[in-house]
Amino acid sequence: MRTYATFREIQHDLQRGALTCQDLVRHHLSNIEKKSHLNAFLSVFPEEALERASLIDQKIKNGTAGKLAGLVVGIKDVLAYTGHPLQASSKILNGFISQFNATAVQRLLDADAIIIGRQNCDEFAMGSSNESSAFGPVLNDADNTRVPGGSSGGSAVAVQADLCQISLGSDTGGSVRQPAAFCGLVGLKPTYSRISRYGLIAYGSSFDCIGIFAKCVEDVAVVLEVIAGADDEDSTVSRLPVPQYAEELSRTLSKSYKVAYVREIDDAEGLQPEIRDAIQRKLDHIKNAGHSVDVIDFPLQEYVLPTYYILATAEASSNLSRYDGVRYGYRSPQTTDLQSLYKKSRSEGFGKEVQKRILLGTFVLSASYYDAYYTKAQKVRRLIREKTKDILKQYDFIVMPITPTTAFKIGTHTDNPLEMYLADLFSVQANVAGVPAIAVPCGEDKLGLPIGLQVIADDFQESKLLHFSDALTKMN
Amino acid sequence: MNSLREKYTLVIGLEVHAQLLTKSKIYNSDANAFGSDPNTNLGVITLAHPGTLPKLNKKAVEFAIKMGLASHCEISRFNIFDRKNYFYPDLPKGYQLTQDRTPICKGGYITVTVKEGDRDVKLNRIHIEEDAGKSIHLEGERDTLVDFNRAGVPLIEIVTEPDIRTSEEAGALLSEVRKMVRYLDICDGNMEEGSLRCDANVSVMLKGATQYGKKVEIKNMNSIRNVQRAIEHEFDRQISLLERGESVVSETRTFDANDGKTYGMRTKEELNDYRYFPDPDLSPMEVSDAWLKEIQDTMPELPRALAKKYTNEYQLPEYDALVLTDSKDVAQYFEAICGRTKNYKAASNWVMGPVKSYLKELSLTADEFPVGPAIIAEMIELIDGGKISYTIASQQIFTELLKNPNKTAFEVAQQLNVIQDSNQDSLMPIINEVIKEFPLKVEEYKHGKKGIIAMFMGEVMKRSKGKADPKVANELLTKKLKEV
Repeated sequence: MRTYATFREIQHDLQRGALTCQDLVRHHLSNIEKKSHLNAFLSVFPEEALERASLIDQKIKNGTAGKLAGLVVGIKDVLAYTGHPLQASSKILNGFISQFNATAVQRLLDADAIIIGRQNCDEFAMGSSNESSAFGPVLNDADNTRVPGGSSGGSAVAVQADLCQISLGSDTGGSVRQPAAFCGLVGLKPTYSRISRYGLIAYGSSFDCIGIFAKCVEDVAVVLEVIAGADDEDSTVSRLPVPQYAEELSRTLSKSYKVAYVREIDDAEGLQPEIRDAIQRKLDHIKNAGHSVDVIDFPLQEYVLPTYYILATAEASSNLSRYDGVRYGYRSPQTTDLQSLYKKSRSEGFGKEVQKRILLGTFVLSASYYDAYYTKAQKVRRLIREKTKDILKQYDFIVMPITPTTAFKIGTHTDNPLEMYLADLFSVQANVAGVPAIAVPCGEDKLGLPIGLQVIADDFQESKLLHFSDALTKMN
Repeated sequence: MNSLREKYTLVIGLEVHAQLLTKSKIYNSDANAFGSDPNTNLGVITLAHPGTLPKLNKKAVEFAIKMGLASHCEISRFNIFDRKNYFYPDLPKGYQLTQDRTPICKGGYITVTVKEGDRDVKLNRIHIEEDAGKSIHLEGERDTLVDFNRAGVPLIEIVTEPDIRTSEEAGALLSEVRKMVRYLDICDGNMEEGSLRCDANVSVMLKGATQYGKKVEIKNMNSIRNVQRAIEHEFDRQISLLERGESVVSETRTFDANDGKTYGMRTKEELNDYRYFPDPDLSPMEVSDAWLKEIQDTMPELPRALAKKYTNEYQLPEYDALVLTDSKDVAQYFEAICGRTKNYKAASNWVMGPVKSYLKELSLTADEFPVGPAIIAEMIELIDGGKISYTIASQQIFTELLKNPNKTAFEVAQQLNVIQDSNQDSLMPIINEVIKEFPLKVEEYKHGKKGIIAMFMGEVMKRSKGKADPKVANELLTKKLKEV
């Protein structure tokens, strides 16, 4: 069976009987097996996926199939799927089986998508290289000595290596866009609150977004319109109606857009020259296509990363308190009393990166430092959001890199974790401001490693964002 | 010790937790029910499974607002929920959702009645929070058992200012709060089962001082009486410390009902830094004008307002008003009688007398009282109309009605053949007969021994088989005695 570039082609072949869902599942299962060294999946559900495939094949014959019939999906190990293991790539959730479906997962299933497995990631989605997983690193399929990015590394590699058609990941500070860039994919982080977070394991609740990995913008659009929208289980989710993103993509791009490029980013330390050049070339294409590009200032750039790390870790320190060895998951066998139950279970159950972030978050929330860190970071966050929104009032999009470098070698930043945090330099702004952002492929570096380009739009402007990104991928 | 007490002022602030009577928990749809088997009222949200999110039960907010309106508080229109972080096995999320910075109700006061009269106890706030589960330490067992049924049950915490000066006031405040939550139907007010809980902050200072002393927080008092005992004990204990030149340690103490003393708990808790911060999982909740109006419109009459109505409008003694408004069911029953008769004092007597003693004897509430208020009103009218006597009504008719609650009082009176005779034509022959039979007594009466009329009345009643209307009979008898 051939590899399909778009879900539309798959549906076309399914409809005319040239392909079955069972073929698709078998194809991906065989790829998963062949590429098992990539360590992208933590569990694969072969029998179940095949069974569902045959059921959906029947539905297609009967003409009763849902919108996503034939879409083979992998889900990051932070999304709840009834009866399946769920452990955020952490030892602390050893043996945990979810008793409910995440809203996004439920909506995929309702639309007849097939879930093929759960994907490796950084522990509790904390990391930028997928090296913090309790189940070992995921390898980049473009170069097996390099990381796939993180934290949704398994989800990115699974699409990159055709182990599934699309993946659901999560993006708290860039965890979908950064691995998408490292793996040459399209990766969307929608507006905060566009997709229900119910069933998504929390890291930084006010930043967390479910995101989508695909080979093309079109696939992202069709999945987004299924999983987005109001949900009684999440009081923070937006009740705005969900546009028909896929249909709107087919309209011709007639408008001339105003694009902003941030000067401070061009001057950023450690930005790989090939990435700067690739983006400059793309900006030229954009201008040539009749859009305008202005270089603007964003003086708050240097505050984005600290703001993110203070607030996200503060929330994480509290979000992860429930993993205490009392009701489920890992409990240290060395436990002697209540204090040791907590200390030992959590010290043995959580990896170093997670422990570091819990400690950091606990510190910034402590009574003596609360105002100096948490309160101040909240104020700066509001400023960053206001300033970003101001720009997006004047411009349709902000274009910038996603990562300062292309995929780095496994182990590069092991000794200097701060360097690793810098990998999030460009991706966190969209999370801090809450606006939607997408990664689209933008050429390769000298070594043939993918370069990604980021486009940011205003709140709930996904339709416009997808439309423009789709055009970008076709500009050469 | 009593003379030493004169030197000091006692300062008390109370924190009263009331479990709200919502059908489901505050942040999910698990049942809120007391007495279920352990660990049965729980789902993934109560157990804080990974990926779960809270969703606010609006009923709990409505209940809190009701208490706020009843306590003259300002209602916060914009509400944020905060996380209070600490580890304990009965706290599934590792944090409690509460309101730290924006309590739903701010300020306000509750009026209490003490020996010296009424006074307003100032409130600091009323906020909404969730209860924790229950840790059960069984005697001799190494392990602790945890029951999560109570985890996530909605609570309001009513926090007073340090505005209470005696244990009597503290008790009065608690019973007023209990009465209010029951009238509002937001909490069953049961302190023994823990649906109403109270912590007391107690300190002492020299009379005339402006700076409060170090305060001690007392926990584990499961009755109003015990709250008062604990305060009394703490008053003396703190005075003794100060008189010995020692200082009061700011700590949490537990009350032991067996010996009436307080004991220091681990001071570790004092060191707890709860790291409060706004919960990013619950969107801020706004109380709209329309919603607030809707709640205001459904507010029931409260005990104090009712009692005032009874003394002013119904002209009842204060004691009656207090007894009648003590519980909502009794007040409602009384009100229902008053809708059908204007003899409010009689209605009060009936309720405070025969009705309440029957309820007490069988541990029933007034809603469960078999005889309807309309029948009591009918009896009052029959008595006032001279058709039956109070004695007959309270002794015979009432007893019969309890057995046959579907009959009217008149039907029962007829059946018992106790309708009074106030007809002169039928009474006169009996009176004439009695006067004829006791000529010596008549002579005595005429010579000033007026008390002897009771003997004549007794005879008339006997011969009329109790049916003679005493008032009419007395009038006729007096008249006749003058004539002969």
